[in-house]
Amino acid sequence: MLLILLGVLVMHLIILILLIVSTAASTWSVGGDKTTDLWYTCKNSNGGYHCKPAISEDWLQAVQALMILSLLFCFFSLIAFLFQLFKLVKGGRFFFTAIFQILASVFVMCAAIIYTVMSPDDESKKFGYAYVLAWVSFPLTLISGLIYIVLRKKE
Amino acid sequence: MLTFVALASVLLLGIVPEQTEAIAIYTGWERHALLGSDIRLSCSFFSWRFTSDDVTFSWTYRPDGSRDSISAYVDNKGPFRDRVEFVGNPSKRDGSILIKNLDYNDNGTFTCDAKNPPDIVGRPSSVRLLVFETVPIQAGVITGAIIGVVLGLLVLIVVIYYLMRFLVARRVFSLSVSKHGKKKREGSQARQGPVPTADPTKVKAASSEKKKQESRKDKK
Repeated sequence: MLLILLGVLVMHLIILILLIVSTAASTWSVGGDKTTDLWYTCKNSNGGYHCKPAISEDWLQAVQALMILSLLFCFFSLIAFLFQLFKLVKGGRFFFTAIFQILASVFVMCAAIIYTVMSPDDESKKFGYAYVLAWVSFPLTLISGLIYIVLRKKE
Repeated sequence: MLTFVALASVLLLGIVPEQTEAIAIYTGWERHALLGSDIRLSCSFFSWRFTSDDVTFSWTYRPDGSRDSISAYVDNKGPFRDRVEFVGNPSKRDGSILIKNLDYNDNGTFTCDAKNPPDIVGRPSSVRLLVFETVPIQAGVITGAIIGVVLGLLVLIVVIYYLMRFLVARRVFSLSVSKHGKKKREGSQARQGPVPTADPTKVKAASSEKKKQESRKDKK
């Protein structure tokens, strides 16, 4: 039982770290020597890094908002998990934790989909590691949420 | 020790009046405007002294990419002739100018400098003017709106959930109280009548009350 609990907690922390890195690192698109989105577009020219704020289009702002929301909900679900761990009756399920985690996964999925569809088509532009992390954390959060639905506090 | 105190006091007395004498000028940071529209560039200042009668505002303009500044409204020549107008109120510390019919050549930095004698030392403040064909959405507005709405909905749902739980609990409690009250009245009426029939009803009422209390404990 303790092993399962520890495993679930470690997975949750890993998901939280992935979401933080994906939201904060401004490398959703890379192309040549330019890395752009979600917050800055930086160019690595001869002097050094020259950064300016990313385009303020509506779809990019929606992606920013959804990533921040998924991060917040993952954090809330962690707090709910720790809270319910001590306060839940024996045999109860971690409902709040599961709901927040699944909502977080839905938000990450929406953000990644919107970015995939709306990012401008440049030949030299490829998707960066922050984008990959967003797509990776979507199934991880979903699985984690489903585990919380199935998990029960032992008698 | 005494010399140190004297030195420190001289230093403080030397520094502090300088700070209270400086004038602080406020303008916007960046202004976005549509091609062909009018824009009002505001300028205000903070000064420890009262607004004197000789307060002056001066605006200079530096086009994007150029290195020299020109005066924006004092002389009626240059790119702003007949288009710029001083609409501020110097006695109210407002030094705004109005530029009409904007063009792409008006992209640049406007610097406002104010003098409030004897407060004349200060750092002028600049505002950048950007002229667009269509004004873009400001960064962060939609982001903040989406986050605010979702978090607001979350708080609302949690509040409604706890409110429903509280109301349902209260409704159950008030229902059992009214039943208990009815049974008690029946019991007391039966007691006034023939005695042998009173006891079973009283016992029934007591047992049903006990059952109700047990069920309430189970629900909790």
